Amino acid sequence: MEIPYNVAPRPDTGLYNAKLGIWLFLASEVMLFGALFSSLILLRSGAPSWPRGWEELNVPLATINTFVLIFSSVAVVMAWANFRLGQFSKGRIWLGVTLLCAAGFMVIKGFEYAHKFHLHHYPSTSNFFAIYFVMTGLHGLHVLGGVVVFGYFAGPGSKMYFSERQRFINRIEVAGLYWHFVDLVWIFLFPTLYLL
Amino acid sequence: MSSLTLHDVRITGAEGSRNYINDEYGALSWLLTKDHKRIAILYLISITIMFLLGGSFAVIMRVELLTPEGDLLTSDTYNKMFTLHGIVMIFFFLIPVIPAILGNFILPIQLGAKDFAFPKINLLSWYLYIFAAAVGLYVIITGGVDTGWTFYTPFSTQYSNTHVIGVTFAGFIAGFSSILTGLNFIVTIHRMRAPGLTWYRLPLFVWALYATSVVMLLATPVLAITLVMLMFERFTGIGIFNPAIGGDPVLYQHMFWFYSHPAVYIMILPAMGVASEVVAAFTRKKIFGYRFVAFSSLGIAFLGFLVWAHHLFVAGISVYSALIFAFLSFFVAVPSAIKVFNWTATLYKASVSWATPMLYILGFIGLFTIGGVTGLFLAALGLDIHVHDTYFVVAHFHYVMVGGTVMAYLAGIHYWWPKITGRMYNEFWARLAALLVFVGFNLTFFPQFILGYLGMPRRYHAYAPEFQVLNVMSTAGASILAVGYALPLIYLGFSLRFGRKAGVNPWGAVGLEWTTSSPPPKHNFEETPVVTWDAYDYPAMMKAVGETQNV
Repeated sequence: MEIPYNVAPRPDTGLYNAKLGIWLFLASEVMLFGALFSSLILLRSGAPSWPRGWEELNVPLATINTFVLIFSSVAVVMAWANFRLGQFSKGRIWLGVTLLCAAGFMVIKGFEYAHKFHLHHYPSTSNFFAIYFVMTGLHGLHVLGGVVVFGYFAGPGSKMYFSERQRFINRIEVAGLYWHFVDLVWIFLFPTLYLL
Repeated sequence: MSSLTLHDVRITGAEGSRNYINDEYGALSWLLTKDHKRIAILYLISITIMFLLGGSFAVIMRVELLTPEGDLLTSDTYNKMFTLHGIVMIFFFLIPVIPAILGNFILPIQLGAKDFAFPKINLLSWYLYIFAAAVGLYVIITGGVDTGWTFYTPFSTQYSNTHVIGVTFAGFIAGFSSILTGLNFIVTIHRMRAPGLTWYRLPLFVWALYATSVVMLLATPVLAITLVMLMFERFTGIGIFNPAIGGDPVLYQHMFWFYSHPAVYIMILPAMGVASEVVAAFTRKKIFGYRFVAFSSLGIAFLGFLVWAHHLFVAGISVYSALIFAFLSFFVAVPSAIKVFNWTATLYKASVSWATPMLYILGFIGLFTIGGVTGLFLAALGLDIHVHDTYFVVAHFHYVMVGGTVMAYLAGIHYWWPKITGRMYNEFWARLAALLVFVGFNLTFFPQFILGYLGMPRRYHAYAPEFQVLNVMSTAGASILAVGYALPLIYLGFSLRFGRKAGVNPWGAVGLEWTTSSPPPKHNFEETPVVTWDAYDYPAMMKAVGETQNV
């Protein structure tokens, strides 16, 4: 059965189905994280005192993590561009770089969490840490989701490049859009939690 | 048989040929199907089971309320009964019922498409629904929940000793089923319309489902994250909703209703879509003010996001914000009234056919109007403080949800039953059931308006003796209603084997779903239709019928 615009973009809008689908999914994700940001604003504005982010959290590590994620977003674009140019192995290497960045982000985040627990700063310690752990934890789960997706495309899923090349390239693009979103959430999390 | 070949659509698939039901056999061919029609049948079976479950909790409550004393159930058991009734009916019946059953089956066919844009995601939605239902059933079997379907904090996070985590997890999963369904619908409506089927030629059911899908997509994630925080709070003792450590229980209510108020539009908008289809088909007229009805769906979906705090009038929000939310809530009445007036205007001077779907929809229009107008009472700040948490709220909600959504669902399932199964049901029993549902419903819930206005609070298993007469009436009505709901199970099931063959177009209705065989072939159409006419082109059809008769 042939589904229209499954692979080829619709001429008037330039979107194939999955690309429209991922934009809608990201709209849904915006509401998910938006609810958390709203909670943060409401709790903070209602609290008699609220700790400064830089006093409680490790700003240098988070800065490094910000650049790691930005670089991984670049890497996924490089992977997509290389696949489009027909350079399969280069594209795969860039996917590997993306994966490494994601893993690096999680390792650094792990160090941060471990240090917090070492100082006996648990989610139940204060509302600041409650919202910090919920927001960064949910973001971390999204990073892990990206690792699974890119791991599949770099590994067993890459066979599709030789059978249905355009569809494979579309998949990288759609996963890349998701990855940019995860990156963007961190760009918002970093200043609101660490710098304000 | 009226096989109208209007509009030059070649009627495809001869009677008795292969269709989506007999195309493949075996349980796996159903459980792993990507065919939207088969997924609709899977939903039909699972949602019907959940409806019977949710209904049985209601029966137990109504029996308890026959007498003023709390003699049948302890107060703890009664708390669990109304909680489970609410959770099962809202998350597992009302939200998916029309989109997942009728929408799944009819939407691609009305678009002239072979399937949804993402058939695998469609199947995934069903599995998520089943997983959520299984978790819910596990909770019910192992002791239930007693927080009310709203899970208000701090009771749900600190005091309740029941399975709050389990049931909120089930709600969380069911939410993703809903999000994926909405996403699939939107992409499909954008991408899969047949050539020539422009937006203003779409049936109004499609417009209604589109508006519903937007709400599903954008509101459900807020509930998901709220339930996650609730689970986390119960699990690890964080204090986001706990005032003792700086949290805010009203924040929970804000976030819960930010989803759950739009969610009532998830439940009612598809019902309005069904109403438009049925009214047009059984009056043989174009829907009066097509574009107004179409855009009022989007208007309701948009305004639905701006009214949530009218549930919090007595929760300690500021008077100024309460005033604004009351004002915005009144606004929802405008697009709702546009729909009711346009259906009424369509009925005006029409030769109405009194078929079963039309009986249900006539009931729907009246009951929805009562439900909507009492909604205005509740949006009015002063009156809401008087009737808050009384049976007035219960009656209002059931008039909209049961009198509205369930009536429209029954209309839709009767209207499209010949298409889904290829068989006609028994018209006599169907009309009788429609009558019983209407009478039973009003007898059940109208007394509750009076009870609430007199001050009977909701959610208690015992009540003051002077309320007994009205409560007995309500329980009597519920028994009639139960018979009315049981009848369709019998005669619709009966029709599967003994029903008369329906033919392509038993109602003489227009719309692409009535141009393919009943049941439709696996890919809906043998060749993609090309649409050159407006929706509800009944005037042209009546003219064509007239000409054939003159010849």
